[in-house]
Amino acid sequence: MNAKPDSTAPEQKGASVASEIDQLRVIGRPLDGKVPEVDPRDAWTDRKLHYNLVNPNNRRKFKIIVVGTGLSGAGAAAALGELGYDVEVFSFHDMPRRAHSIAAQGGINSPRARKVDNDSIDRFVKDTVKGGDFRGREEDAYRLGEEGIRVINHMQAIGAAFARDYGGQLATRSFGGVQVSRTYYTRGQTGQQLELAAAHALSRQVAAGTCKLHSRQEMLDLIVKDGRAQGIVVRDLVTGKVRALTAHAVVLCTGGYGNVYYKATLAKNSNATAIWRAYKRGAYFANPCFVQIHPTALPLMSKWQSKKTLMSESLRNDGRIWAPRKKKDDRDPNTIPEAERFYFLEERYPAFGNLVPRDVASRNIRERIDAGYGVGPLHNAVYLDFRTGIERLGVKLIRERYSNLFNMYEELTGEDPYKTPMRITPSVHFTMGGLWTDYDQMTSIPGLFIGGEASWAYHGANRLGANSLLSCCVDGWFTLPYAVPNYLAGLLGQEPLALDDQAVQDTLKGVQDGIDHLLNIGGSHGADHFYEKLGAIMDRYASVSRDPEGLATAIGLIRELRQEFWRDLKVVGSADRLNQELETAGRVADYLELAELLCIDALDRDESAGAHFRTDHEIGGEAKRNDEDWCFCSAWEYPGAVSAKPIRNFEPLTFRAVPLQQRNYK
Amino acid sequence: MRLILEVWRQDGPDAEGSFETHEITDATPEMSLLELLDRLNHQLVENDLDPVAFESDCREGICGTCGLDVNGNPHGPEDNVPACGQHVRSFSDGQTVRFTPFRAKSFPVLRDLIVDRTGLDRIIQAGGTISVDAGTAPDADTLLVTHDDAERALDFAACIGCGACVSACPNGAAYLFTGAKLAHLALIPHGKEERARRARSVIAQMQSEFGPCSQIGECALACPAEIPLVAIAVVNRERLRAGFKKGKPN
Repeated sequence: MNAKPDSTAPEQKGASVASEIDQLRVIGRPLDGKVPEVDPRDAWTDRKLHYNLVNPNNRRKFKIIVVGTGLSGAGAAAALGELGYDVEVFSFHDMPRRAHSIAAQGGINSPRARKVDNDSIDRFVKDTVKGGDFRGREEDAYRLGEEGIRVINHMQAIGAAFARDYGGQLATRSFGGVQVSRTYYTRGQTGQQLELAAAHALSRQVAAGTCKLHSRQEMLDLIVKDGRAQGIVVRDLVTGKVRALTAHAVVLCTGGYGNVYYKATLAKNSNATAIWRAYKRGAYFANPCFVQIHPTALPLMSKWQSKKTLMSESLRNDGRIWAPRKKKDDRDPNTIPEAERFYFLEERYPAFGNLVPRDVASRNIRERIDAGYGVGPLHNAVYLDFRTGIERLGVKLIRERYSNLFNMYEELTGEDPYKTPMRITPSVHFTMGGLWTDYDQMTSIPGLFIGGEASWAYHGANRLGANSLLSCCVDGWFTLPYAVPNYLAGLLGQEPLALDDQAVQDTLKGVQDGIDHLLNIGGSHGADHFYEKLGAIMDRYASVSRDPEGLATAIGLIRELRQEFWRDLKVVGSADRLNQELETAGRVADYLELAELLCIDALDRDESAGAHFRTDHEIGGEAKRNDEDWCFCSAWEYPGAVSAKPIRNFEPLTFRAVPLQQRNYK
Repeated sequence: MRLILEVWRQDGPDAEGSFETHEITDATPEMSLLELLDRLNHQLVENDLDPVAFESDCREGICGTCGLDVNGNPHGPEDNVPACGQHVRSFSDGQTVRFTPFRAKSFPVLRDLIVDRTGLDRIIQAGGTISVDAGTAPDADTLLVTHDDAERALDFAACIGCGACVSACPNGAAYLFTGAKLAHLALIPHGKEERARRARSVIAQMQSEFGPCSQIGECALACPAEIPLVAIAVVNRERLRAGFKKGKPN
C-alpha cells in the first residue's frame, strides 16, 4: 500500500491551519530508503550479499570516527576495531561506561523463540511494527529480529551475566504490549550490564591500539566536503581547545533529544548537539515529533529537582492509579474515602484497566492533572496506590516483586510506598525520531552513519519496551560493521581530508565564532533560565496531546524565546578552560532550534500516530491514523538558515508482511 | 532551611586550591546534595560569579559520574548511597556542608570538585575484558550457567565505577573495584578462559597507580553499588591462583 505523501493538510480543520503550515515549511521530494526489493524477510540477507568488502590488509588504511560510547557507539567502535579499521572514538564523558544506555532497566528483546509460547521473528516484527503504529520500516524491524538472536550470544560472551533458570538456561520475562516471553534481563539493570560489556569490549580495542579513545571531548560540528562527511570539530572540555579531526567516515551514536523538554528521565548531559549540527550540515531529521512519554515517573517536587526519575512500568501490575474526585485535595491520601477516589483508568478502560499502553495512560493522567485534580505539593501528579495489592497478595510478595523500586522511591522522596501511595506523573523518556537514515544506517550525507536512538530507525511512532537496547546492539555490533565498509570500499587509496583544507578551516572557524558569540552576549541570565522556559513551552503544547492552535502558539513562543536568548544570555567564565556554563549554553542554543522543528513537524503531521496524539484526530480517545495521506516518514532538510522554512522530504512506507490496521484497546 | 556550604575551589591540577564559603537560605529537605550544588551555582551565576564545577549525569545512581566527598565522606553522610541519592534532610538547619573532591593521589583534580578517574579505566584496559570478537560467540543457551553463579556475578558486576572505594580508603587502594571485576568475569563462561592471564595484568596495572589494601573495609561502606567486601579478598585469591598457574592463561 503506497502512500500519497504529497498532500498538504486536509480540508476538515479549516483553511487557517492549512495556510498556517504553509507559512512554516515547504514540501520537498520523495526519498529512497534503499531497501532491497525482495521479500521483507530476506531484505537484510540480500543487502549484505551485495555489500562491498574491504581486504583485511587495507582496513587499517581507513580512519573512522565514532562519536558516543553508549551501547551502539561502543559496539560499533569495538566491532570495527576488531575487524582492523583505524577507529577514533569520542565521548564527552570521562570514561566510555558513563553513557546513558547504562540507565536502562527492564531488559532486551530477542525473538530466539526457545520456548513453546509460539514466538518467531515474524511475530516480533508484527509487534514492533504495530507497536510503532506503522510509521517505521518493516524491513528494519526484520533486521532487528534476525540479528537480535546473536546479540544475546555476543553480549553474554563479553560479560553480561543474563539471568538464568535453575537448569542453567537463559531466563526470559514478559514485557508490555507483547503476549510472548522474549525479554532477556539482568535484574533491573540490564542496560548497565550491556553497556559495561560493550564499554569493556571497546577498552579491549583501545589496549590493542585499533581504537583511540578521546574522552571529555564534545563534538561541535561536522566537516562536509564534496558532499561527503569527512570529519568533525571537537572541543576539549578540560582545556577548552577546539580542534578538527578528519576521517573516511563518521558514525554518530549520540543518543536521543528528549532533553529538549528540560526535565525528562534522561541523564543531565544527554543532548542533541551532535545530531542537530549534523542536521545543519545537511543530514535530514526524521519525525522529530515522535516522542515517547512514560506514564510513571516521579513528579517534580520542587523547583530544584533535577529530573523526573523513571519508575518501572511493571508497577502498574499491582498498583492502582487514581486521583481525588475533588480538585486540589491536599488531604493525606489514606484518609480520602473510597467514594471520593476516581480510579480513572479502571473506569474508562474496563478491559485493560491500569495496564493500558503507555501513551493512553500518559494522556489520561495528564488530563486529570490539567483539569486540576493533581496531587502533591505542586499538584502535578496522581496516586499509584498499592493498598489493594498489599491486601490481596501480602506485603511479602509485593516486596519480592518491587522492593528495589520501592526502595528507590523512598530514597528519592523520603516516603514509604508500602504505607503511602506513590505520586507519579508522565515524563518524556525516549525519542523515536532522529536523523533520517537509509537501510544502511547512512544519512542523507554520504559517509555519515548513525547508530542507536540518534537515528529514526526501527521504532516508528512508538517504541516497545525492551526494544531500545536491542536496536542499539543490532546497530553497533551487527549493522554498522557491514554497512560502513561497504561505503569505505569505494574510497580505497584516498587519504583523509588534509587539516589545512579550506573546508576544515572554515568549520573550525565557525565553531570558534559560535563559542565567542555565546560568551560575548553579556546578558543577564545563565542558559538554564532560558532552558527552563523552553521546557515549560514544550511541556504545555508539545507533550502527550497536541492541537494545531497550541502548536502554532508554541512556535511563536519558541521564536521569541530564541531571540531573548541571543540578546540576554550570560555565560560566566572563559572558553579556554573547563566551563560547564558554556557547555550548557551551546546545548540550549541547539534545543531552541530543534524545539521549533519538532513543533512544525507536529503541526505538519495532520494525523495521530503512536505517541503523536493530535486532539483533532481521535476516535473514541484513541489515536486516529491517516494512512491515505500520511503513511510516510517526514525527513526534514535544513534550508540554510534558521529563519528560512525547513523542507519536508518524505520516504513512503509500504507494509507487505504486516498489513495496516488500527490499534484497539477496547 | 539555611545551610552553609564550604566548597573546594581549584583552577586546575597544578593550581593551589582553597575553600570558599557560601550560604543557601532556601534549601529544602527533599533536595539532593547535587541539587543543593545546582542551587548554589544558580545563585553564583545570577551574581556573575564562577559556578562550582562538579560532575553528575544520570542522577539516579547508576552512571557513577558523580564523585565528591561531603564532610569527608565519599558521596555523603549515608552509607552505600551515591551523591545523587543523598539528601539535605540528613542535615539540620544552619549546619555546614563541606564539599571536597574525591581524595586520592591517583585521582588528580581537574577543576573544583571534578577529578580524573581514568586510572580505573586503565585497569579495565589492562585486561578486565573478554577476548571474543563480534559474531563469534556460540549459542548462549548451550553454555550453562547456574542460577546462583549468574546472581553472584551480578552482585560484583553491579559496580558503577564511581571511585568512592578509592576515596574512602586511607591508602587510596582500588581493591574493591578490581576485585569486583575479577570476580564478575571469573563467574562467566568465556571469562574463565583467560582468568589467570587477566588477574596478572589487571592486578599489576592496579598496583602501578593505586595504593595497597590494609583490609580496613571503608570501601565497602562507601560503595553505592554495595559491592561485597569479599571483593578485596578476591584480588589476593586471584593473584595466588594465577601464580599456581605458572603462566597459563586460564
